[in-house]
Amino acid sequence: MNKTADVVIIGAGITGCAAAYYLAKKGVSVIVLESEMIGHGGSSRNGGGVRQSARDVRELPIAMYAIEHLWPNLSEELGCDIEYHKEGNLRLGKTPEHLEILKKLVDKSVSAGLDVRMIDGDEARQICPYMSHEVIGASWCPTDGHANPMVTTLAFYRRARAMGVHFISGEEVVELQKHHGMARKVITKAGNCYEGGHIIVAAGYASRAILNTVGIDVPLMKHNLECLVTEVQPPMFWQMLGTAEADFYGHQTNHGSFVFGGSSGLDAYVKNDNDAGEATSITAPSVCRGIMKYFPDLADAKIVRHWSGFMDDCADHVPIIDKVNEVPGLVIACGFTGHGFGIGPGTGLLLSQLVLDETPCVDVPGLRYDRFKAKA
Amino acid sequence: MAMYLDRDDDLGGFHPEPDDDLIICRCEEVTKGEIRRAVHEGMRTMTEVRRFLRVGMGLCQGGTCGKLVKGIIAKELGVKPAELEECTSRSPARPIEMRVFANEVSDDE
Repeated sequence: MNKTADVVIIGAGITGCAAAYYLAKKGVSVIVLESEMIGHGGSSRNGGGVRQSARDVRELPIAMYAIEHLWPNLSEELGCDIEYHKEGNLRLGKTPEHLEILKKLVDKSVSAGLDVRMIDGDEARQICPYMSHEVIGASWCPTDGHANPMVTTLAFYRRARAMGVHFISGEEVVELQKHHGMARKVITKAGNCYEGGHIIVAAGYASRAILNTVGIDVPLMKHNLECLVTEVQPPMFWQMLGTAEADFYGHQTNHGSFVFGGSSGLDAYVKNDNDAGEATSITAPSVCRGIMKYFPDLADAKIVRHWSGFMDDCADHVPIIDKVNEVPGLVIACGFTGHGFGIGPGTGLLLSQLVLDETPCVDVPGLRYDRFKAKA
Repeated sequence: MAMYLDRDDDLGGFHPEPDDDLIICRCEEVTKGEIRRAVHEGMRTMTEVRRFLRVGMGLCQGGTCGKLVKGIIAKELGVKPAELEECTSRSPARPIEMRVFANEVSDDE
């Protein structure tokens, strides 16, 4: 088996699979190493939002680029229906305080060039008639949307694999090694050694320990998040939903079920024993209470399943996407903090451009790996 | 840690079979042929096949078709069914209305 390629990618989530695909498209040979299975982490456990509104302006350019140039053609390009809907995002508010929060988010996004605006409760109900009259206002971004995260990740994988990318799963990376000061070797727990001219570390929280082996540290924490899914409902609406309080978010899928994610407020303190995360008894009911206040019609929808996963929570809650100066050839893409799916295709394209020294599709100086400084 | 899987391992190519139209997952209406084809296109674990095709994601959550799906995937991979890792079972055990599920705390107490 050939263990050498132009690029070795560590992590087969949406980021690693998309990067592999865009590199393969340019004729670059790629090996992808994954400790678990394809899309094991956050890529298969998130709510599927493809959203620009309320994104930090440092990562917003990637989302805007991806939604304008990549997402609309992705099903066709990957030969698989990824269930992409570009029919807007409503972020809802029930109190004047909520509207203040939304207004601030809107002002920031508008200053970065995004088409998003405040609307009142009645206009929100015209867009989505199922909403309770407790909603007094919302932010509305018509170009946001959602897609199926599990299928999207696997579709990138399937296409990249068909184009010759070599994927190996159950291969846990434990160490990076330099050769003449350059990133070169990737050593796995099983004792295998892979070599690449470039190494992309896109392994979620596990990226931290891997990067530590060449003296680079990134401020990441594991943070539990949970989602739930209902049985099939009649078609109701295609907008992506969120709230000012961030108590839940979600959408109806092509399948008819609703997928919602949300927070109990205690999520950060869930035990980290289980690698895949533990679904608690308190979060899903808490999310249900939030949903019913905004969408009373869903009170009789049955929950069929709820699940959890860990996000790689970065110190300032935006990702690290950068080349490492100290170790030429090493590229980092981690710390997505629970919102890496929507920008996944954009991140993948950007990584391929960073590796090949091409002009990047967007400039994201705010996502550098060396931005973290102690208080002055 | 998950079992080592080289995704380039040769499975001998996809060959149509007479019963490929057989519905295996009744909730989501997924056929044997679709499951077999997914394996040949790279889905090498129970969970990946589930996420790609929705087998076992319906009302019964795989209670009915789980064993059949496992047998089909194992045969395509040329391994024993027992060697395949199960999908994670998740609560609730039976579908439950949101208004009931939401009642785990009460203001009355």
